[in-house]
Amino acid sequence: MADMQDPRQGRLRKAPESFLDRAAIAAVMQEARNGRRGFIRGAFAAAAAGLAAPAPARQAPAPGAAADPNIVNLPEHTRGLGRPVVTDGYGKPSRYEANLQRRQSPGLTQTTQASVSFAPLQSLFGIVTPSGLHFERHHQGWWDIDPSKHRLMINGLVRTPQVFTVDDLMRLPSHSRFHFLECGANTGMEWGNVAVPTVQYTHGMISCSEFTGVPLITLLEMAGADFSRGKFLLAEGADGSSMTRTIPMSLVRSGEVMVAWGQNGEMLRPENGYPLRLVVPGVQGVSWVKYLRRIEVGDMPYGTKDEVLHYVDLMPDGLHRQYTSLQECKSVVTTPSGGQVLLDKGFYSISGLAWSGRGKVKRVDVSVDGGRHWRQARLQPPVLDKCLTRFSIDWVWDGRPAIVQSRATDDTGHVQPTYRQLRAVRGSRSIYHNNAIQSWLIKEDGEVSNVQLA
Amino acid sequence: MSSLLKRACGLLLGLAALQVLAQAMPAAQRFPGIGRAATAQEVQAWDTDVRPDFKGLPKGSGSVAKGQEVWEAKCASCHGVFGESNEVFAPLVGGTTDEDARTGRVGNLRRSDYPGRTTMMKLSQVSTLWDYINRAMPWNSPKSLSVEEVYGVTAYILHLGGVVPADFTLRDGNITQVQQKLPNRNGKTTDHGLWPGREFDGTTVPDVQGSTCMSNCSVEPKVASMLPDFARDAHGNLAEQNRLVGPQRGARTASPVAGGAAPVAAAPQVVAQAGPPGARATEAARARALAQASNCTACHAPDRRLVGPSWAEIAGRHKGNAAYLSGKIRAGGIGAWGNIPMPPQSLGEDDALLLGNWLAAGAP
Repeated sequence: MADMQDPRQGRLRKAPESFLDRAAIAAVMQEARNGRRGFIRGAFAAAAAGLAAPAPARQAPAPGAAADPNIVNLPEHTRGLGRPVVTDGYGKPSRYEANLQRRQSPGLTQTTQASVSFAPLQSLFGIVTPSGLHFERHHQGWWDIDPSKHRLMINGLVRTPQVFTVDDLMRLPSHSRFHFLECGANTGMEWGNVAVPTVQYTHGMISCSEFTGVPLITLLEMAGADFSRGKFLLAEGADGSSMTRTIPMSLVRSGEVMVAWGQNGEMLRPENGYPLRLVVPGVQGVSWVKYLRRIEVGDMPYGTKDEVLHYVDLMPDGLHRQYTSLQECKSVVTTPSGGQVLLDKGFYSISGLAWSGRGKVKRVDVSVDGGRHWRQARLQPPVLDKCLTRFSIDWVWDGRPAIVQSRATDDTGHVQPTYRQLRAVRGSRSIYHNNAIQSWLIKEDGEVSNVQLA
Repeated sequence: MSSLLKRACGLLLGLAALQVLAQAMPAAQRFPGIGRAATAQEVQAWDTDVRPDFKGLPKGSGSVAKGQEVWEAKCASCHGVFGESNEVFAPLVGGTTDEDARTGRVGNLRRSDYPGRTTMMKLSQVSTLWDYINRAMPWNSPKSLSVEEVYGVTAYILHLGGVVPADFTLRDGNITQVQQKLPNRNGKTTDHGLWPGREFDGTTVPDVQGSTCMSNCSVEPKVASMLPDFARDAHGNLAEQNRLVGPQRGARTASPVAGGAAPVAAAPQVVAQAGPPGARATEAARARALAQASNCTACHAPDRRLVGPSWAEIAGRHKGNAAYLSGKIRAGGIGAWGNIPMPPQSLGEDDALLLGNWLAAGAP
């Protein structure tokens, strides 16, 4: 395509010997002197396309080879005056990063208020999801609520029902913890077969942030909660659906459950529950009630709409598993991943994310031959409880087809299953809690596709 | 030690003692001045949930007939007149039998070939239906129904699902008996390892365990499922969904790749960003945003029929007639495009005219 620039132009290749005749070399040098770099790139690329093996990348260019115009021609940003401070009071990513967006999967939902957007996992680094790219799931649309008018009530089996303002809560001693937040339906479209092309759509209903808030147990103690009879909590949101979920008291008593206002050093974003949300580490996102306005202490589970009609897992015997909340051990390779094209043969650092709602990731293994052989990947610190863990492993791609997979094990010894193992127990109609091993097929031409194995 | 230092040390020891004392104090006394007691009226205003044992259910009643009346005005536009619509949300009724009502287990849930799952196939607690309608329905105006209307709509859905007869009146006094007739009342289990606490006395052991094999594992690395060719473009141009630098590019999928040609890695092209903040949005952009914010998009799409006609169809019939369209938006209507009513939209005149102008111009 004439309008396309070669994405490999950043690499300067040595000209192999004898691939141009004397006249052609003379023409090239003449063009170089005239400054027509595009012609030279074309000539070199055409010649390189005929090569069987990639040229060594790190050799010095041949004497007289074309110089990279990005080096020799000083760009405007080196010769001019840049923009002043505070051009933008709340900074934004570079315009060259505009391709990184939350995205909807076309046709997944008929309304945009009861819908979901996926985080672009294929392009993120480390373990933290930028707040503006955190996936969204709304059940009845999102709101930007005035924090001065927001209230949190605690009632039910308590000595004195309490009301807290956001000012009240932010006066209390807070703590900050990194945790992943995954929708129970993440990867749900793939229970039966391959349905979507990229890791953004297969696994993008997960994000990870540093959350700041106060342990819920503190607030329950302040209200004088009855911990002997109070086995379950109802968490309720302030949105139109007044989202409601049953929360286990045992997690609250362990101190894990948090009423949070902070996310990644700033206040929660409106799409993620500003000004208050519940944080329930290891548990599916629907329980992390946004716009949290009420906690009721009770002695039985509440059977809310999203515990009876949705977020129930259909087993082959026709029974629905109810209150399936925990997110089990899972991982996925994000680089390279579906819908991408490898630019060249040679070295790659395969990288991805692993997590477990039961605890810490203990190890991750990676296979490039569809699961016949595995190698143990490096875990990149920090490795935290109920948090995303970044892993990577070295790989030299020889240009032949490969099937890349990752398999996580957590510190309880639970190992991520294959699709065959998962379906043998749960069938393929669960929708929720699909933690099967993901396979990416890399074809000879470098294109990566989402596949499932027999 | 100077007297100043001694005094400082003493102060520190005192503070440490206070700290120890603080940890032992009840939370209510540790944080004086934080929070206050809720009044009875406040608790009543918010504590509206209804549990499976019907704790929280207000006294009252509503007939199937009353429910049908409310339904046709406020619910049918999304769920269909008979709760059968699959256009906006999953169908509410269908898939259950008299045999299910006897056993409390829906037989079709055992069939892997049965298409879809309706609300009535999954519903195991009638309290869930009452609670959800009360707190979250109608879709664009939650919490606007009276107690009688909630009872009525609940009764109407139960009637559509074959659980109660047409002349039934649902009351707080008979709801327990209705519970005993739900087709899937025995269809749920908490006996699994995916509840994170001990409250259900169930197992905490995972039901599926992966393999730890490292070499020569007995797997067949054969591709059994991949995206069909026609779906390659379904998620837009993947080249524009990937970073422009790094070890790889996004595949160019927006236009079909010539047969047999190598996939083309994306050229480094920057996708145009949304207009800078403060830039004046066009009328059309404002209208589109308003249509979405007002939930019009729940029933209308640009180019195909959902519950109501497409923008294109509306523009085709009422081209240039903004005044008529804005009036219709505010008044609601039925019959012009079929039997499903459009509820009146609570929009100001200016906003309704913005939408009317936009629709009359072909909804650009």
